[in-house]
Amino acid sequence: MAHCHGPDLTETIKGDKRIVLAGNPNTGKSVFFNYLTGLYVDVSNYPGTTLEISHGRIGSDVVVDTPGVYGISSFNDEERVARDIILSADLVVNIVDATNLERDLFLTQQIIDTGIPVLLVLNMMDEADRHGFTINVELLSELLGVPVIPAVAVKKIGLSELKDNLSLARPGNVTPGVQHLLDAMIGRVANKGEALLLLEGDNIIADRHGLEPGEYREEIYSRRRERVNIIVGYAVEMDSERKSFSQTLSGLMIRPITGIPMLALILFGMYKAIGVFVAQTVVGVTEETIMIGMFEPAVRELIGEFTALDSPLGQILVGEFGVFTMTFTYVLGLLMPLVAGFYFFLALFEDSGYLPRLATLVDRLLTGMGLNGRGVIPLILGFGCVTMATITTRLLASERERIIAIVLLGLTIPCSAQLGVIAGILAGLGGQYVAVYVLAVFSVLVMAGTALNALLPGNSSDLLIDLPPLRVPRLDNVIRKTATKSYNFIKEATPLFALGALLVSVFQLTGILKFLQNLLAPITVGFLNLPPEAATAFIMGIVRRDFGAAGLANMSLSSIEATVALITITLFVPCIAAILVLFKERGKKEAAIIWGGSWVVAFLVGGMVAQLFNLFGQESGAAAPLVMVSFIFMTTIIAVVCSVVKSRKRKSIVV
Amino acid sequence: MTLDRVKKGQSVKILSISDGLMRIQAIRFGFAEGAVINCEEVIPAGPIVIRRCGQQVALGRQMAGKIDVAIN
Ligand SMILES: Nc1nc2c(ncn2[C@@H]2O[C@H](COP(=O)(O)OP(=O)(O)OP(=O)(O)O)[C@@H](O)[C@H]2O)c(=O)[nH]1
Ligand SMILES: [Mg+2]
Repeated sequence: MAHCHGPDLTETIKGDKRIVLAGNPNTGKSVFFNYLTGLYVDVSNYPGTTLEISHGRIGSDVVVDTPGVYGISSFNDEERVARDIILSADLVVNIVDATNLERDLFLTQQIIDTGIPVLLVLNMMDEADRHGFTINVELLSELLGVPVIPAVAVKKIGLSELKDNLSLARPGNVTPGVQHLLDAMIGRVANKGEALLLLEGDNIIADRHGLEPGEYREEIYSRRRERVNIIVGYAVEMDSERKSFSQTLSGLMIRPITGIPMLALILFGMYKAIGVFVAQTVVGVTEETIMIGMFEPAVRELIGEFTALDSPLGQILVGEFGVFTMTFTYVLGLLMPLVAGFYFFLALFEDSGYLPRLATLVDRLLTGMGLNGRGVIPLILGFGCVTMATITTRLLASERERIIAIVLLGLTIPCSAQLGVIAGILAGLGGQYVAVYVLAVFSVLVMAGTALNALLPGNSSDLLIDLPPLRVPRLDNVIRKTATKSYNFIKEATPLFALGALLVSVFQLTGILKFLQNLLAPITVGFLNLPPEAATAFIMGIVRRDFGAAGLANMSLSSIEATVALITITLFVPCIAAILVLFKERGKKEAAIIWGGSWVVAFLVGGMVAQLFNLFGQESGAAAPLVMVSFIFMTTIIAVVCSVVKSRKRKSIVV
Repeated sequence: MTLDRVKKGQSVKILSISDGLMRIQAIRFGFAEGAVINCEEVIPAGPIVIRRCGQQVALGRQMAGKIDVAIN
């Protein structure tokens, strides 16, 4: 499967016919894509899962999955991408949510107005039935002028009907009152689709043809809305709705009084499951018993046949940081179970429909940091993999929000592998150190967010998010997603870990490691109060932070030392893969600033925690609470100053 | 009255939307001027959750302040 992005996209995907799957967000497009092509792209229950164009084949035709959009215009990046793909389609399979026809048919009617042949799939018929909707499929088809196939994608109903009837797609009935406008425009541009968007004032299409954008947007939109409402009025009958259990639950998730305790409970459950059960019980078996107890001796014995174990080569291959021993012990024994555990929970988050509710709950908090509630989605997914989450920031509405989210991701969000190790170490330290760790990292998140919000020009957009119904996650999808992502983790992490292990071994053998430890000593020993060997973990952390964290796991540190080291490694530079994505998405300069800034922030904050512990007396029981109070104090001051600066700025713009 | 003043459980009719871009988005979402919506949830100092038919949407408070409504 190919993922691509960019302007050349429309040319690079070739086939006899191009079949484009289009529809509003979260209507099931990706389920259909997976069925038609036999590939697997992510399916989740929140709007904005698909952000990259994927394509696959069906016979000699090509099928394209697109990000969900509410219309084809140029409101944001996703819409621009989806627009170009849709305009280049030979036929569009428009997937709509049968419970949301008033919303979804707007896009349907817009695509019909472009003159492209359309086949309508009425998905989620199971939920429409449950909500007491009766849809007259023939009438709907007649009114729109295109064939309509009812479906329940997750129960495999309607999938093969779609596949067999693709050739029935045809241009539908244009919105009344729009045709004559189109006729006047059509001689001037290549096709009806562009003519339509030009009339609707699409700047980019206008630029391409060197024409002025049209001024009929509101008029056409209003006519289309009216038309859709009429169609729905005729074709859909609704029972007055009863309040279901899932709606009650949804309300409880959104309201702060119940939502916050619920969130805390979920996080605590995750901590118990991953930090305690997986990190200790499971990893105890996989790392200690299997990898260190059985795998490593076997490898050593094998390598011992060819070279002496204490020779430099032996050291590099199977020594303390051996390429064959450490790489596999860390990746398979230590990290793999943790990563799988995390992805499992994230998949539950994604598939249940909890994320949009969480976005609503935390909206107030995030607006202070220049994000709206939607920003919580990339931040949460960052706990899976920061690299993937950086791409997810595309679902944010403005450039400003993307920058803020990307900085916060790179700086403060530990990825699953790293967090797993961290949770494992923290669980052994006791509650107050867990609290110091969480609070310190959270403070940095708030401080960085409010500061960026005050410094960056412009204003962020307001929340506007669909809350899809809560659904019981489908086990097969959860497992498939967990497996796919865990496999990708192994594929990506193994070579980097091997490289890291090789580097560290070579450094150790040549004495460079000692040299670097001494070089960093003023910071690690002097400021962070850590033993000099801790520098090794940070050097490993440059490759990947989880590698660094794993290095810390095998060091004997006091509780305070461990807390300081963990805070520092969490805030440390994003892994190589994340930096590469940053380069691609944001350019060299921003990537370099984020990378360099992480060094400064990590050591500064880690050092501050260490020094505060010193100040309040390492041994005293009051030290940890006092450290926390200091951080709360600091964060409050920064947040207040930043919000004053921000509101000044806003006023000076208004005046 | 604007939408951010509406109480939980009230049903209101949208009269006008002052922000141009927001008006266009509202037309696409299906709660254009003239639509009747239900206020499902009001988060203190936070978003307003509205429902129209089967669809539930969370709206930021500032945005809600730009939508004029009348109790239905
Ligand atoms: N009950 C029910 N759920 C469905 C049906 N089809 C899809 N879903 C669920 O709807 C959610 C969205 O499915 P996706 O395929 O990710 O939707 P999408 O259109 O690709 O969404 P975006 O990529 O966000 O635009 C998932 O949780 C699916 O399991 C259906 O027919 N019935
Ligand atoms: Mg999708």
